[in-house]
Amino acid sequence: MIKNMTIGQYFPADSFVHKLDPRTKLIITFILIIFVFLIHSLPGYISMVAFLALTIAFSKISFRLVLKSIRSIWFVIFITFILNIFFLKGEEILFEWQFIRIYREGLIKACEMAGRLVILVIISSMLTYTTSAKEITDAIEILFGPLKKLRFPVHEMALMMSIALRFIPTLLEETDRIMKAQTARGASFDTGGLISRIKGMLPILIPLFISAFKRAEDLALAMEARCYHGGDNRTRLVEYHYKFRDLIAFALTALEIVIILIAK
Amino acid sequence: MSIKVDNVSFTYMKKTPFQVNALKNISFEIKDGDFVGIVGHTGSGKSTLIQIISGLLKEYEGNVVIDGIDYNDKKADRTRLRRLVGVVFQYPEYQLFEETVEKDIAFGPKKLGLDEKEAEERVKVAMDLVGLDYDMYRDVSPFQLSGGQKRKVAIAGVLAMEPQILILDEPIAGLDPQGRENFLELIKSLNECGMTILMVSHNMDNLVEYAKRIIVLKDGELFMDGTPAEVFADKEKVAEASLNLPEVASFCDRLREKGFDVPDSIIRYEQLKDYIISTVGGSYDD
Repeated sequence: MIKNMTIGQYFPADSFVHKLDPRTKLIITFILIIFVFLIHSLPGYISMVAFLALTIAFSKISFRLVLKSIRSIWFVIFITFILNIFFLKGEEILFEWQFIRIYREGLIKACEMAGRLVILVIISSMLTYTTSAKEITDAIEILFGPLKKLRFPVHEMALMMSIALRFIPTLLEETDRIMKAQTARGASFDTGGLISRIKGMLPILIPLFISAFKRAEDLALAMEARCYHGGDNRTRLVEYHYKFRDLIAFALTALEIVIILIAK
Repeated sequence: MSIKVDNVSFTYMKKTPFQVNALKNISFEIKDGDFVGIVGHTGSGKSTLIQIISGLLKEYEGNVVIDGIDYNDKKADRTRLRRLVGVVFQYPEYQLFEETVEKDIAFGPKKLGLDEKEAEERVKVAMDLVGLDYDMYRDVSPFQLSGGQKRKVAIAGVLAMEPQILILDEPIAGLDPQGRENFLELIKSLNECGMTILMVSHNMDNLVEYAKRIIVLKDGELFMDGTPAEVFADKEKVAEASLNLPEVASFCDRLREKGFDVPDSIIRYEQLKDYIISTVGGSYDD
């Protein structure tokens, strides 16, 4: 019932983007997200779209999948667009009907905001499509490593994150199973008013929480039984090294930033 | 309540790289009051099949007609389907959620629209069937019970809906031998009262003892269909479906290797006992 989620899903493939160091991808994603908000001109947007198109082309991720990631938040994009178009005031009126007035500035702003959202979604889903959860948490752990000196529990946080990510599909499956079991007992989740719908969720939520706690307890026990302790002196299964392709990726990103700053 | 499965196919994750054809053109019919075992290797489509029959998976191809009605039809009364078909999933104890055992068992009956009094009556009957004392356990939280007792509560919750068709997915996994025996005896007596039973199991020995008919699935296709004796007589085909022979059958094979002429029809413990006594001599008590 709820298995068709695409946001945050990893699609393994053998491509330039997949093979990039996860740290490179994380840093570039972070930089791009910041710079999206600094674009204010059409050439800037065009260069950004070209950059993303290049990334998609070199990632072997099908264009349909990228569209799918946008589709999952189209409602947010739509609302942003509507709010901007109707509530922003400017000088030049494009369209007027009773109390509705659409200004040129409003229309431009609305397109810009919607475009930004689409670009942000594409950037972040390109990261998750091409990088496994394991790689992302590893990258976070290494990049935040210096914070250890400030006694910030970097390793523990990374571990928590990777466990949480690891259990998302498991919990989804579990939810699906419990939903089916309760449906078979006559429960329904999508009928009635708000209150009865919330009440209808209880037969799913309670068993789900109980099994999640049980899983957590089992996992903790299993880790302890194998003498797990993280942090200091713990070696890594995969060591990451920057390669030449990471240099190319960084160079292209730098070029993109320069274009954005000039086109401003 | 006959069940007619006609040319049913099902595909998971359609149009993605993860597409799996779980069922391919399955057709069979189950008579009223039958006891059918569904077996197959992991991933052969057993769970998908029972979910389709119980109306929990909807986007399949083909028809499933229960008692003359296709419940995938939009006009069909799905509450009636819930009343007809009870499903006990694998590890059903994970579906418990109420504060007390009584409330949890009464959840299903109440959803069917019964009032307090009728529901209470059904809870009593169901608890009696699974062997839980009503007065002792009615106000206990189901989460304080042991694993075996939890399972009893969950099964009582399904039985309290008084289904005419009971579908069970690996109901005895994780139970101790005594619990298994008690549970299977309960299912057998329900079947004798006229309930149609569909049971998915990996345990061939239990199926041989209890089922009247066995359906074997392999890679989403209907591979074998017949009485336990018929199915397990064809040893090559059983091996091809990656299934084990029941203990008795493999014991008979051993006897044959030693030169005894054991008939193919022997697949139950009782039959084997009778055969050994008749060939070797002696009596039951020896």
